[in-house]
Formats: sequence, structure tokens, C-alpha cells
Amino acid sequence: MFANAIVLALREIRRNVLRSTLTILGIVIGVGAVITMVTIGEGATAQVQADIQKLGSNLLQVFRGQGFGGPGGARSSSPPFSMADVEAIKNEINGVRAVAPSANTSAQAIYGNANWSTMVTGTDDQYISVRDWPLATGRNFSDSELRAGAAVCIIGATVQRELFGQEDPIGVSMRLRNLSCQIVGTLSAKGQSGFGQDQDDLVLVPLRTLQRRMVGNADVNSIMVSAREGVSTEKVQADLERLMRERRKIRPGADDDFNVRDLKEISSAMTATTRVLTTLLAAVAAVSLLVGGVGIMNIMLVSVTERTREIGTRLAVGAMARDVLLQFLIEAVTLAAFGGIIGIALGLAAGAVATNAFNVPFVLNVGIVVLSFAFSAAVGIVFGYFPARRAAQLDPIEALRHE
Amino acid sequence: MPGSPTPVIDLSQVTKIYGHGEGEVRALRGIDLRIHSGEFVAVMGPSGSGKSTCMNILGCLDTPTGGTYKFLGVPVGTMNADQRALLRRNYLGFVFQGFNLLSRTTALENVELPLVYRHVPKEQRRAMARKALQEVGLGGRETHVPSELSGGQQQRVAIARAIVSQPQVLFADEPTGNLDTATSIDIMKLLTSLNEQRGITIAMVTHEPDIAAWTRRVVRFRDGHIESDQVNQPVREL
Ligand SMILES: Nc1ncnc2c1ncn2[C@@H]1O[C@H](COP(=O)(O)OP(=O)(O)O)[C@@H](O)[C@H]1O
Ligand SMILES: [Mg+2]
Repeated sequence: MFANAIVLALREIRRNVLRSTLTILGIVIGVGAVITMVTIGEGATAQVQADIQKLGSNLLQVFRGQGFGGPGGARSSSPPFSMADVEAIKNEINGVRAVAPSANTSAQAIYGNANWSTMVTGTDDQYISVRDWPLATGRNFSDSELRAGAAVCIIGATVQRELFGQEDPIGVSMRLRNLSCQIVGTLSAKGQSGFGQDQDDLVLVPLRTLQRRMVGNADVNSIMVSAREGVSTEKVQADLERLMRERRKIRPGADDDFNVRDLKEISSAMTATTRVLTTLLAAVAAVSLLVGGVGIMNIMLVSVTERTREIGTRLAVGAMARDVLLQFLIEAVTLAAFGGIIGIALGLAAGAVATNAFNVPFVLNVGIVVLSFAFSAAVGIVFGYFPARRAAQLDPIEALRHE
Repeated sequence: MPGSPTPVIDLSQVTKIYGHGEGEVRALRGIDLRIHSGEFVAVMGPSGSGKSTCMNILGCLDTPTGGTYKFLGVPVGTMNADQRALLRRNYLGFVFQGFNLLSRTTALENVELPLVYRHVPKEQRRAMARKALQEVGLGGRETHVPSELSGGQQQRVAIARAIVSQPQVLFADEPTGNLDTATSIDIMKLLTSLNEQRGITIAMVTHEPDIAAWTRRVVRFRDGHIESDQVNQPVREL
């Protein structure tokens, strides 16, 4: 009886190629879309989380101005920091692992025929420690170089690639604007930040070199502070704010003319954003799933008349209700399984292509695969099987007369 | 009457009412009818007189509202749907005016269908279906689907399907109703030979006297009653 039902079911699938194809297509679209979308969303989330790790742990940054939401002009009008501020942070705040000043300017870097426009950061030997960013080759700045404002630099991986290619840059001199400086070290590659910036596109020079020989002032634009492992960044942030208010003589009640940003906070905001994105993609996918389901439903309901008559014929020649039901169930399950497998394969393939194109990791969410498959299969089975069940319970003549 | 003392078909006071209350239709108002093995009966009567209703009840495609129907002495009224399915499967064949073949399905597969439900093995099933198609004069048309066959050919496929399982009784509701005269004569020759050569009992609805003339007994319906029941001298047009 089971073998018979399989034969009849397969014959029926072959006989109704269009209907079978459309049913399979409905399931393929539903399952495929959900898997693709969710894979992209999860990949983006995983990428953002990896980026947070890359930023360096427990990094705080003190900027001039009121920061986010503050008046735009505040930054330029508020006084710059100084090396004295850096020293004060080092000495007066508990739980600080490393502190580094930072002043920036953009400049053209030239070596031989190659030139590359990049960001030059003036800092000290604590920079790589604060950023948790090891050197690839060479060495850090020496105390005497820092004190003297020597013409030395450490270059990021992008600058190295653009100017030197495969050549070893250590000990070589390149030009930064009018300054000829010797390369003493190269940074390891860090990749893009969560904000899409190329973090490796930079040149480090001693702060004093930048101040005296490139920008002509003694300003420190920002101060980077990394908290020690296990120390709450909230507490360090609060201490920093208190200390800076004191040093900058801000009266009680007056607004800060600086701001302390916890990069972790920005990052978790971004994680939340990608999570919203994932939800959005999932919602779009759910709509496709629904559309696919409605498609299947339509096809099944449109063919109810034909199928009811056919069931009448089968009953008239001696089929029992259960023979007919088994056949229809096998047919529905076969189509659902077929569509589901194709949908999963296409969904994963599209997900792989998309995550590759967006340069995010491929994350397989088995739960979603199972869920979308179960939904589409249920639609296929419910709408394929239940009308058949109703028809099979009629007297044969009623099924034959169905209009 | 020839054959066994127990009639194949025995209806007593069978009624059929469609719908309820105001809109109810009394399609059969107490039918008494006995058909013995080997008979060839024509059921005639005006449109709406209850012929089809009666034939569907005889074929166990429908259930009566009242009265008793005994098939080979066994009351059908107490059977459940599965038991009636077994009765159709093993003893009855049905030919409809509208053929009721499965569309987009070959003649051979259509004829095979009753055998599938009888669990006949595939090879044997094929052979029996082929033989039945030959018997109705459609040898060589096995792979044709209904839309590639004429009305007469489709009705032959339907007859092949009805006889392939060697039924005791064949019911036919206006089997020539959709066919032209020449084709109708072919179908009647076929039914006559099935009755005479194979001994299949046949009950056939028709409203055409020319067609009824082929049978050996004519039962006339009117308003849900049997109006007359006469022996007939069948024509021999060979
Ligand atoms: N399914 C049905 N529902 C309601 N009335 C029906 C149904 N089938 C037949 N009838 C009615 O029953 C009566 C007998 O119909 P039928 O047996 O088809 O007559 P015949 O075949 O002799 O033309 C008619 O009045 C018809 O309208
Ligand atoms: Mg009729």
C-alpha cells in the first residue's frame, strides 16, 4: 500500500509539472530568502563584534569640545591639551595602563616616484601600548627621539604597501611634506575599523616633531587612555572628567569644554544598530516567506476542484479514503522536501556570495534554516493535504460532482 | 430468470431525498428492483426521474436515504465507507457519461488504476490493462492521454477501466450520451459482447430507445418511481 502510494504520488507530481514546480518555487523563495537575509545580518553582526575587539580593549579618548550633540564650534574654541595634562593623567588616575597624546595633520608621503596622502599622528612611545597594536618590524621611538623631536617615523601597513610594496622600509627615509624622516618601525595590519575607516593608513611621528616641524604649534588634540585589565572604564572615565575639569578650571555648573569617549560604548551602539539591521532583514525575509506561502496556498486551492474530481474517480474505482490520503500526503511531503532542500542550498549559496561580497564572516544559523523550512513545508503540507482529506471523506459521487 | 436464486441486486423501498425542509427533493420515492446475474438492463425515463440517483446508489457511489439495498444478499446499508470501497474495488465497475478519466494520464495508466488499489503487481497490472484496452479495440493507444483521444475512444478507455478488474456488475450512466450514433453503436456492441461473452451483469441508463433496444430488459422511471419493467427482444446489428 505504501509503495503504491509512492508510485501514485510521484506519477501525480510528474503529471502536474506546473503545479509541482510552482509549489516547489514557493518553498524555494521562502526558505532561500530567509536564509540569505539572516546569514547576511548575522555576518554583519559578527563583523562588528570582531571590530570591537580590534579597537583595543578598554580604550578611552579625551577630545576637545563638547563632543556628540555639543555646539559645532566648541571644539575649535576650546583650548587644546598639553603634555602636562598627559603627565597628570598618568600620575593622578588609578587603573590607567598607558596614556598617549595625539595631534594630527594630513600630509603627502613621498618615496621615490610613489606618493600617498595619509594621516600623520604625533604621539609618543605609549601609542602602540594604548592601542594594543604591536609593531610588525623595527622599533618604537626612543626617549631621545621624543625629546628632540627627531625626524623619525613608524608607518602603517597601508602606507608601507603603497610606498614600498615588497621593499623593506626600515632605515629608509621618506618625505612627509618638507620633512625627510627615517622609518624606524612598521605597524602590524589592523584592518578596517567598525566605522569603515582604514586604520592602517597612518604615519606615526614623535609629538614634538609634528608640533615643531609640521604644524607649528604645541597643541595636543586628544589624549588616549587605556584602562588596566579588570578596571571599570566607567570609573576611569569619571575620574578623567573630574581631573580635566579641575585642570581646565571649569566652574561648577558650567559645561565641559572637552569630552571623554569610551570606544566600547560607540561600538556597542554599532552592535545594536546591526542588530536592528538583522531584524529588518529578517522581517523582509519573513515577508518573502509569507509570499511564498500564499503562492503555495493559491496553487493548492485553485487545483482543489480538479483534485476533488480526481479523488472522486479514485474512490469510484475502489480506492479507500486512506489510500488517497497517503498518496496526497506523500506528494505534499515530497514537494516540500524538494523545495526545502533547493531553498536551503540556494539560500546558503546566496548567503556565502553576499557575505563574501560585503566582506563579513559567514555565520550559519541552523535554527533559522530549520524554522523557515518547517514553515514552508507546513504550508505545502497543510494546503496540499487538508483539501484532499475533505474530498476523500465525501461520498464518491459528491466528489465527482464537485464544481 | 436465469442465474442464482439470490439476485445480484435487490432494492426494496429505496428512497433518496436531497436537501432538507423547504428545498428538499425526493429523487427516489420507494424503488423495488431485482437484477439477476447475467442480465442486461436498460433504465429509461425522462430527465430528472431519478435514473442517475438510482444508478449511483447501485454503484455504491452514493447512499440511499431509506429502504434496503442488498448486493449478493448482503445489506449495503450497514457497511462503512471502507467496506463500500472494497465492494466497488472487487465487484463493481462504473462507466460515466462524462468518462471521468484522469487528465494528462495515459490510457494504460487510467485502465491500471483499479488494479493499483487491488495491489496487483506492476507487470501483471500492465498486462491486464493492455489486454482490456485490446478488448475495447484500443490496442496501440496505450500511451495516449485523454485529450489525444476522441469521445468514443475515451469512453472505451473508461469501459476498459471498468472491466479490467473483472467486475460482476457493470453500471453505465448514459455511456453513449456524449457520442454520435455510429460510435454509440460500437459501444453497444462492446457492452453486448461483455454481457454475452464474459457474463458481466450490466445496468445501463439511457434516454434513447435505439440504445435501450440492445438490452434484454427495460425499466422505466418516472418521478422517482418505477413506471414499468418489461422484457425486451434485443436487436442484433452485426
Ligand atoms: N446532488 C443533488 N442535489 C440536489 N438535488 C439533486 C441532486 N442530484 C439530483 N438531484 C435531483 O434529483 C432528481 C433526480 O435526478 P437524477 O437522478 O439526476 O435524474 P435523471 O438522471 O433521471 O435525469 C432531480 O430532480 C434532480 O434535480
Ligand atoms: Mg442522469
